[in-house]
Amino acid sequence: MSNTDALIEIRNLSKTFPGVKALDSVNFTLRKGEVHGLMGENGAGKSTLIKVLTGLYQRDGGEILLESKPFHASRPQEANNAGISTLYQEVNLIPDLSVAENIYIGREPKKFGRIDWKKIYQDAENDIRKLDLDIDVTEPVSSYSMAIQQLIAIIRALNLSARVLILDEPTSSLDLAEVKQLFKVIRKLKNDGIGILFVTHFLDQVYEITDRITVLRNGKFIGEYETAKLPRLELIAHMLGKNLDEFTLEQQKELKTKKKASDSDDFLRVENLQKKGAMNPFSLEIRRGEVMGLAGLLGSGRTETARLLFGIDKHSGGSLFLDGHEIAISSPKKAIDQNFAFCPEDRKVEGLITELSVRENIILALQARTGVLKPLSPKQQEELADKYIELLQIKTPSRNQSVKNLSGGNQQKVIIARWLATDPVFLILDEPTRGIDVGAKSEIEKLILQLRDEGMAILFISSELEEVVTCSDKIAVLRDRNIIGELNGEEMEVGNIMRVIAEKEAVQ
Amino acid sequence: MKLLQIKRKNIPFLATISVFFLIYLAGSLMYDNFFSLRVFVNLFIDNAFIGVLAVSMTFVIISGGIDLSVGSVVALVGVLSAKLMQDYGVHPMLAFALCLALGALIGSVMGALIHFFELPPFLVTLVGMFLARGLAFLISLNSIPIKHPFVDKIIDFGIPLGFRTWLPVIAIIFLVIVMVGIYLQQFTRFGRNTYAIGSSEQSAILMGLPIGRTKVLIYTFSGTMSALAGIVYSLYTCSGYPLACVGLELDVIAAVVIGGTLLTGGAGLVQGSLIGVLILGLIQTFITFQGTLSSWWTKIVIGVLLFCFILIQRYLSLAGNRES
Repeated sequence: MSNTDALIEIRNLSKTFPGVKALDSVNFTLRKGEVHGLMGENGAGKSTLIKVLTGLYQRDGGEILLESKPFHASRPQEANNAGISTLYQEVNLIPDLSVAENIYIGREPKKFGRIDWKKIYQDAENDIRKLDLDIDVTEPVSSYSMAIQQLIAIIRALNLSARVLILDEPTSSLDLAEVKQLFKVIRKLKNDGIGILFVTHFLDQVYEITDRITVLRNGKFIGEYETAKLPRLELIAHMLGKNLDEFTLEQQKELKTKKKASDSDDFLRVENLQKKGAMNPFSLEIRRGEVMGLAGLLGSGRTETARLLFGIDKHSGGSLFLDGHEIAISSPKKAIDQNFAFCPEDRKVEGLITELSVRENIILALQARTGVLKPLSPKQQEELADKYIELLQIKTPSRNQSVKNLSGGNQQKVIIARWLATDPVFLILDEPTRGIDVGAKSEIEKLILQLRDEGMAILFISSELEEVVTCSDKIAVLRDRNIIGELNGEEMEVGNIMRVIAEKEAVQ
Repeated sequence: MKLLQIKRKNIPFLATISVFFLIYLAGSLMYDNFFSLRVFVNLFIDNAFIGVLAVSMTFVIISGGIDLSVGSVVALVGVLSAKLMQDYGVHPMLAFALCLALGALIGSVMGALIHFFELPPFLVTLVGMFLARGLAFLISLNSIPIKHPFVDKIIDFGIPLGFRTWLPVIAIIFLVIVMVGIYLQQFTRFGRNTYAIGSSEQSAILMGLPIGRTKVLIYTFSGTMSALAGIVYSLYTCSGYPLACVGLELDVIAAVVIGGTLLTGGAGLVQGSLIGVLILGLIQTFITFQGTLSSWWTKIVIGVLLFCFILIQRYLSLAGNRES
């Protein structure tokens, strides 16, 4: 079926990695002026498809047509030149260079053979104005937040006179207002006839912005659907390959088992903990067998709170009490000595050592505590690794597989396993479900509740309010580096959280 | 806020300049004749070869790499050009041209190895260092004096500056290379790509920047400048000596770091390296004027200075992280 307004046509695309068929005869068509959602669980082949398209990977079979002509990119540069721009999940900018230069590097305007800096700064200024951004384009990119950096990356992509724009989870680090801003731009581009390939895990966003959805599963093409005619549950069913009713039932059952009031005494009490410039004084109480959720917008201080509790950042005031006794958490080592555990937000940077195997990553924290002089025997290590691979259902060919070959959701599980191996009494989970698929997500949510029922105290951070509500026994709401409210029991609703955030905003 | 941040970015460079003026001021107050045009011009003459190397080393270090071969290439070029002129009667210009070509070749091969085989620059240029040094000894075991009417003419040429002071050719080369370096760095894509590679190579690849070409060019530039520095050194000493400039690469790296360039890559300025070289020269001059201290004190002072600058850089990068 040839389509005249097709920008990209992919037919029978295949790509094999050692041991994995990442793409197996996949079809995909991107038309002019459409936003096309590419959906699938982890390991579905979304990233591989994008990487083949942009020249980071070479295909093993099949063909790609760009405006009806055979297309092959052996390097990202070639894809760029052909008008295919890509924005990845992680911001890919040069941190030390200025905003303006990041937008124009590689195609700087020249005057008399030399780079015309005046024009670069002026043009960049105009570009950011178009997106209603107010930032200094002469400042290095590293001085701005992730969200702003993402927008700068978008401006860069737009500026590459792209006909095809690939957005690979561009919204994972943006707050609601920023997502809106992005969508405004996407709609404008769509009207200009640009084809946009949009990958995200946020269902709401898919339904808000896409015209068509292609679903992949385990490297196979499942189908192409018109968004308006595809009910949400059906989409999820296609992605998971699960029976629809079974899936919803499971979800509901899960909801039922939660919210059991814990009546034990306070386990961890925080009084006026603060760090100048990072977090204003806050107080918290967490009991054993309780999940405390932290909800708030991007930059509200959720991660800062976690980092203070784990001693990564030194607090400048306030105190912590464990079972009524004051304790000093001045370094992560001290926190680990108290049997605290922390799964950080950015698993690649702060958590996993991706070159090491699943087994080595799992035993890492436990080994660190017992000390280098008392190594765990190979047998112990293997048992531990197997136990948690089994318990958390980590999908890996073997315990000796390098972590870098695992999908995002499974990498996250490896980190959780590492800390569970230390038998923590207090577990901090910072965005454990970020960037992972629906199935892995509900598994991790289930695991949180299971750990709670076993008596662990858990601090749970997520930017998805629904998820915070589902998993928490009480919720602290943050805004602008303050804890501005706490919700319990029946009050815990997405609407209430938003109201708390909004109310306070109105006061100021 | 904005003013403060711009300042923070420039602190290493400002610190370099302040140190330069402090030493210069101290020298001028303590010794007669320290503050004179002749002493100042001598800084550019005595350190011309280091200066030329510092310019290219700045590019290498900003790109996140290192080039350990420069000292050996200087010696190799010195011996080779002397041998060509004295034993084979090759005209100096041709000899110099051949040497520059050899430097470019050595550099480009090292760059290609670093890029295509993904080898660490430290190892590849270490190999280059041994190889070039060995070749120098292969050509001659002893020092070869350079005596050639054309060379004498070059050495005698100079731009009069007044006060019976001349700016000789090697100082001119130094200054021209500094200007070429600043131009390349600020106004060409090659220069900007160098920063991009050093700051985040992964991003640079995904942004479609020509990583391979830039890397090979950086080391080719470094090799060529090493050869040029070798020529400058020959003109300065009027000889070629295979044992010359052992450990010179470390002096150059020190000058570049004192000049405010981050050893981790991504930030730095050719201007800074110029000042860094002049600081090294000033310390040497200072100790010469002092008279009783052995010249090894130069090394001690450089060590202390280097340590201070590394501390400043570390503090700044930590402060930067905290801010974002």
